[in-house]
Amino acid sequence: MSDLHRTPLYDLHVSLGAKMVPFAGYDMPVQYKLGVMKEHLHCRAAAGLFDVSHMGQVILRAPDPEAAKRALETLIPQDVLGLAEGRQRYGFFTNEAGGIEDDLMFANRGDHLYVVVNAACKDADVARMRAALEPDVTVKLLENRALLALQGPKAEAVLAEHHPMVAEMAFMDVATVPLAGAECWVSRSGYTGEDGFEISVPVAAAEDLAKALLAHDAVEAIGLGARDSLRLEAGLCLYGHDIDAQISPVEAGLTWAIQKSRRTGGDRQGGFPGDTRILGEMADGVARKRVGLLPEGRAPMREGTALFASADATAPVGTVTSGGFGPTVGTPVAMGYVDAEHAAVGTALFGEVRGKRLPVAVAKTPFAAPGFKR
Amino acid sequence: MKYTEEHEWLRVEGDEVVVGITAHAAEQLGDVVFVELPDAGTTVSKDDEIVVIESVKAASDILAPLDGEITEVNEALVDEPSKVNDDPEGEAWFFKLKIEDMSALDDLMDEAAYKAFIG
Repeated sequence: MSDLHRTPLYDLHVSLGAKMVPFAGYDMPVQYKLGVMKEHLHCRAAAGLFDVSHMGQVILRAPDPEAAKRALETLIPQDVLGLAEGRQRYGFFTNEAGGIEDDLMFANRGDHLYVVVNAACKDADVARMRAALEPDVTVKLLENRALLALQGPKAEAVLAEHHPMVAEMAFMDVATVPLAGAECWVSRSGYTGEDGFEISVPVAAAEDLAKALLAHDAVEAIGLGARDSLRLEAGLCLYGHDIDAQISPVEAGLTWAIQKSRRTGGDRQGGFPGDTRILGEMADGVARKRVGLLPEGRAPMREGTALFASADATAPVGTVTSGGFGPTVGTPVAMGYVDAEHAAVGTALFGEVRGKRLPVAVAKTPFAAPGFKR
Repeated sequence: MKYTEEHEWLRVEGDEVVVGITAHAAEQLGDVVFVELPDAGTTVSKDDEIVVIESVKAASDILAPLDGEITEVNEALVDEPSKVNDDPEGEAWFFKLKIEDMSALDDLMDEAAYKAFIG
């Protein structure tokens, strides 16, 4: 256990009674005293504070900011050049085979780009960016900042007590905001399906800011357990489970995140790894698709559950990639991949759980109504 | 009360034992969201996996603590799995087991031994 990294909030987690588990090389809180179910429900009802400091925060900088944007467009199928200053987008690194190497958020912060990547992928992501972008663009992994997420319908009211300007931010806006006496980089975004903010804070101020936010009656600390059930109900992908190096963004249903300028017929069409497969699939369709899944009974269908077209079919038509209980929905929820002919919403399938074929329906995501501020 | 190393409690009622999981086990499992019970009348052998219990975190099995016959199951848990967290050592019993050899209970832990076992 001694080789696990700790975030700047480790001592705070322990003092709050968190149950710590290894996650992506970090010793992280999986739950606090409330437990996963109550933490989940609290976040949807009020506000939850998450420590996501294990994620990678990266700055891309070039003498000409447009050069950094152009360079990042060679690695991701997103429109970086067209992203206005003070705005953020969701994206993903693709590989030559058209699979997804990681998903990310990137923001135009004027003279530089700010990128947030998954903890488990951050070393590979930084290496990938260095290999492709340096020396013209400098790639700096920040070690001196923590990352907090404040999520839920009361997040705005809570954070606005620390600085009123956050209430003016729209979904996916980014801004520099002084909080807890430190220069914080705030984005109006998150991974729960709720309104909320992600806050990059200097390590020296991280614990003060976390404690100040937790001091509010509306705010509870939320662990990785509820983070997973919240994002699953919101229909959001978890890298390494719902998307990976073999799965294309088209199969994953993420083409909404490929802007027109990078698609066939766009100003800067293609030009990213795997563009042939990805643009080809956008034109011709795919053999398997990511879908939401609602088990009819009470038994959760977890990752790896095989899906069948009938109670006695021998060959599976799909697999669950994330599944569990949805506390807000009040039933099990899941997502997974199925052959395209079984992907229509409402299709009746069977999941094999402990040797039994249990009914499950292809369903729309998100399972819980989103609360984003548009 | 008697206890197993699988964190079950057993309460003797005549020639039957009522079986549930301990508060310690319920806390470790986390919020229980699904319970699947055996049919009453099932004959079981010690260590058979007879109950499936799923929490927000994972699935686990409850094993038959002794040889015997299931005489009754607590159907209320199927509709309201959260009872396992709310009252694990009371209302949330799982099944009643008729056992032939009551002396087998002597091999199980008493409360003091179980407390020492979970540290």
